[in-house]
Amino acid sequence: MASKFKQALDQGKFVVTSEVAPPKGVNLEKMAHHIELLKDKVDAMNVTDHQSSVMRFPSLGAALMVKEMGGEPILQMTCRDRNRLALQADLLFAHQRGINNVLCLTGDSVVLGDHKTAKGVFDLDSSQLVAAVRKLEKGKDMAGNDLDGAVSFCAGAIVTPEANPIQPQLIKFEKKIEAGAEFIQTQAVYDLENFKNFMEYARQFPVKVLAGIILLTSAPMARFMNKNVAGVTVPQEFIDEMASAPKGGAIQKGIQIAGRQIKQIVDENICDGVHIMAIGKEELVPDIMAAGGLL
Amino acid sequence: MIRSITRRKPDEELDRLLEHQNRVFIFGCGTCTTLTNTGGAEQVQAMQEYLASKGKLVTGSTVLPVACDNLTHEGLRAFSGQINQASALVIMSCAFGVQNIASQLQKMVIPALDTLFIGKETGVGQFNEVCTQCGTCVLGETGGICPVTACHKGLINGPCGGTNNGKCEIDKNKDCAWTLIYNRLAEIGQLDLMKRFQPPRNHQGEPSPGKILLEG
Repeated sequence: MASKFKQALDQGKFVVTSEVAPPKGVNLEKMAHHIELLKDKVDAMNVTDHQSSVMRFPSLGAALMVKEMGGEPILQMTCRDRNRLALQADLLFAHQRGINNVLCLTGDSVVLGDHKTAKGVFDLDSSQLVAAVRKLEKGKDMAGNDLDGAVSFCAGAIVTPEANPIQPQLIKFEKKIEAGAEFIQTQAVYDLENFKNFMEYARQFPVKVLAGIILLTSAPMARFMNKNVAGVTVPQEFIDEMASAPKGGAIQKGIQIAGRQIKQIVDENICDGVHIMAIGKEELVPDIMAAGGLL
Repeated sequence: MIRSITRRKPDEELDRLLEHQNRVFIFGCGTCTTLTNTGGAEQVQAMQEYLASKGKLVTGSTVLPVACDNLTHEGLRAFSGQINQASALVIMSCAFGVQNIASQLQKMVIPALDTLFIGKETGVGQFNEVCTQCGTCVLGETGGICPVTACHKGLINGPCGGTNNGKCEIDKNKDCAWTLIYNRLAEIGQLDLMKRFQPPRNHQGEPSPGKILLEG
């Protein structure tokens, strides 16, 4: 049976996803609180996989928790830490335990994280991982051996619509779709005119696109992203707007901006949904949704 | 010409390796490590002074013409007296030279350098790795630029999302291999090659350890 998330995509409703960030350690209280708060508001929750190459509680364990609490998890899987045997095994386990959505990522470099001398695996890349999911669904492993019981997933991948240069990214994007990606969650988009151009191109492919919305929390945070996060460009007008917020009101301003963006995306029917990333402030996702007219 | 590219080990590591060795003989190499200023005559001299300052007795030193070469045994014989007086050999060649010398002398060997990669001098004092010898050459599909080597993650289906302004996520001065490949393929009208989905690599293409017997 198709996952709840897949059904939402297929019904053509405006889909909303958010994130759950596993903790560093075994205290799952905060994560449980976020899951409880969001599970009935969003269509699915992405569970990040050692985000930014920082070692944490595993995405598979946290995705199980989302499932057990009645939420709809999207298991994020990167190719950084596992070879093809381990990735396939985790996909078997995920499916068997009722996790039916997976987001396939290459993964950040190990040297950006907190275990800088570790081995970066990258046995597969994101497009090959999507292809591996599709192969497992046919009842075969990557080596062509028969499986005793096949998997079934709604599989997705990511794209960076504001990457510079964009052309090499678009070739990779097309390969991910060719490999079988059904949905795409984008890196943060702020310049919606540029994003509309991207969507005009993307609409020719049989794939659902969820626009990435990253909550701005302050003007310095926006400048930091411009300087340090690949493919993210916060326009100067947004930075000025954040800077104009009264003392203590920056977050509210960020919520307003995110809400405005979501409204425009919905009103102009720009894409199929939004993926809200409130990095570290997941409790604000309902406020962002409300500001965007989604609640 | 390709070279073995090396970097001197940190003092602390050398000090630890030499902790119980008080009499040492030093080898340099007249080829690669002379080119990279890591094991030529000047660096051997500096090492001699460094070790003396640490209270070591340097029984002698030499810069072998080519430390990895079969003829190295002649160089070793010429210095056998001084070598015999040493308890350890400090070797300022790449790891090939270290292993060559170790296989011929019943002595403790201490590499003074780390061997980084097999590379080429692409500018004054600038060395670049051009081939990781993966055993499954993809250059025919990438316009002659190697993504296995030049992409930090060794990706073969195009760039990751970490690339920005044509540079790599690990270093803003390092070119993104896939931007270079895209530009090259565009120049020669072969972008279709990049659009072709590449199946997962054969990571056993390179024999490990590398060993081959030519037939016939």
